[in-house]
Amino acid sequence: MSGAEAAAPTGTMLDHLLRRGGASALTLVLVAFLVFLAIHIVPGDPARVLVGTDAAPEEYEAARERLGLDIPWPTRFARWLGGLVSGNWGDSFRYSRPARDLVARGLTITVPLASLSLLISLLVAFPLGMAAASRPGRWVDLGTVGLAQVGTALPEFWLAILLVGLFAVRLGVLPAGGFPGWESPRAWLHLLLPAAALALPRAAYLARMVRASLADVLREDYVRTARAKGVTAWRVVGVHALRNALISVVTGAGLTFARLLAGAMVVENVFGLPGLGRLAVVAVEARDLPLVASLATAVAAVIVLVSLTVDLSYLLLDPRIRHR
Amino acid sequence: MKRHIGLGVGVLCLLVALIPVLVGLVWLPYDPNLPGPQRFAPPSLHHLMGTDWFGRDTLARIMIGGRASFAVALFAVSLGGLVGTLLGGFAGYVGGIAEEAAMRLADALLAFPAVLAALLLGAVWGPGLAGVATALALFNVPFFARIARAGFVSLKTREFVAAARAAGAGTWRIVLRHILLNLASPLLVQITVGLGAALLAEASLSYLRLGVQPPLPAWGRMLREAQDSFVLSPWPAVFPGVVLALAVLGLNLIGDAIRDLLDPAFRRITRLRPW
Repeated sequence: MSGAEAAAPTGTMLDHLLRRGGASALTLVLVAFLVFLAIHIVPGDPARVLVGTDAAPEEYEAARERLGLDIPWPTRFARWLGGLVSGNWGDSFRYSRPARDLVARGLTITVPLASLSLLISLLVAFPLGMAAASRPGRWVDLGTVGLAQVGTALPEFWLAILLVGLFAVRLGVLPAGGFPGWESPRAWLHLLLPAAALALPRAAYLARMVRASLADVLREDYVRTARAKGVTAWRVVGVHALRNALISVVTGAGLTFARLLAGAMVVENVFGLPGLGRLAVVAVEARDLPLVASLATAVAAVIVLVSLTVDLSYLLLDPRIRHR
Repeated sequence: MKRHIGLGVGVLCLLVALIPVLVGLVWLPYDPNLPGPQRFAPPSLHHLMGTDWFGRDTLARIMIGGRASFAVALFAVSLGGLVGTLLGGFAGYVGGIAEEAAMRLADALLAFPAVLAALLLGAVWGPGLAGVATALALFNVPFFARIARAGFVSLKTREFVAAARAAGAGTWRIVLRHILLNLASPLLVQITVGLGAALLAEASLSYLRLGVQPPLPAWGRMLREAQDSFVLSPWPAVFPGVVLALAVLGLNLIGDAIRDLLDPAFRRITRLRPW
């Protein structure tokens, strides 16, 4: 929330939409600028890195030209932004193909993987958090809190290595890696272990969040009234409290998705999945700047859009915002 | 009471991970890069954490490997925390268009997870430690900026700040003594949580072969090597991960404890015990 939003007088729903949309559009331009800054302005000479220190002067000049370093930077940024909008993201050095196509193909692995992980972590987090909140101080509660602390501290890629070792190498029940393509009926099976490795720490985090926000709501007067009227504890938690606790959990899930995207990029490398993470590692090794720039912009843009979606979902979840 | 146990456990976990690294600055059980006669030795009195593919002592490698992890995390959180607090504090204190611009910048930075920023800088600067440290510092900026801005916005209009101003206190005195001091608790919590997140990110990146370069060992790259030899022995894949997780768990527990202990609402209910 920025200062302007907090200070705004009674805004209608359309106001809210426009303001948030505008802020997100501005953030997207800034995201593109930061990527541009990293590649063109930051100390370091990308052309030198590309050709190496012992390259001939002509070769170095050619690389500068290829990177567009011979043009003044405001013009370069304007071109880069124009290219992003019009869909011309430049060609990958390594693959000699449009970076946009490579990134788009990577997204078809990374986004489903992150989404599957989010689904798994929510499916684990809600029952655990609800059970913990409805029995405060009891063993379900203490166990959930303890497990959640340990869970959030676990590195995803380490879990992934251990899961591959156990389920794929030792037991041989799930595929150890690779991806057969989406046409294959076994495609989702290949995403299961990586998704589980990614989901576990996030499930721990979300379970804590569900528990904490439910605990807050359960202290409210209307919950006590419902209990006094004879509503069962489970119904109070599941129906009355959950709806009100959902807002902070949705916020948490949005932040989690950003973490999951980044985590997926690492974990893909454990499983040899051909997603954005693998593409990024290849691009870094090949100093493929157009590809890295496109990839970073795309992932950051997805994260901005997810946070916009989360903000707009408040409109559905909290009628107070709608009618204000 | 329960929370203080959390603080104790947190400090203990952190020390279990940190002490070997500190000891490693002056003493090592083995040369971490020297191949030994016994490959994949299980943990024993000779090799407390066993040996890897080349017979190298895992404990010695963990003791060396943690240096870069802790150093990068400290650097990233110090620099990112300082820049973020200044940016957010400035935005909150000045307000208006400067505030709007600073916070949009923070929003944009928030869209770059640490791993993504490090990959981007790794492509420009090469896969060394500089890119990883800078990326992690940048990653920390928006979190501190948000805390500082929120604090400045809410505190600058409070009575005690007005009173200090009326008593003739200068801007710097007000900012340092009256506003930053009141922000100490959330900032400290963010520092511990940020350190944990930075440790995790550094390990992920060294798993991806960014950051510390061979022949120096790093926790993430040790896990990568262990992955390839998992069929032969799972031990090398266990210990670096356990040490890393303990350090992060310890920092998170300490952060939670600080939140509880420094929160005045909590202090009223429970008497503090100094441990």
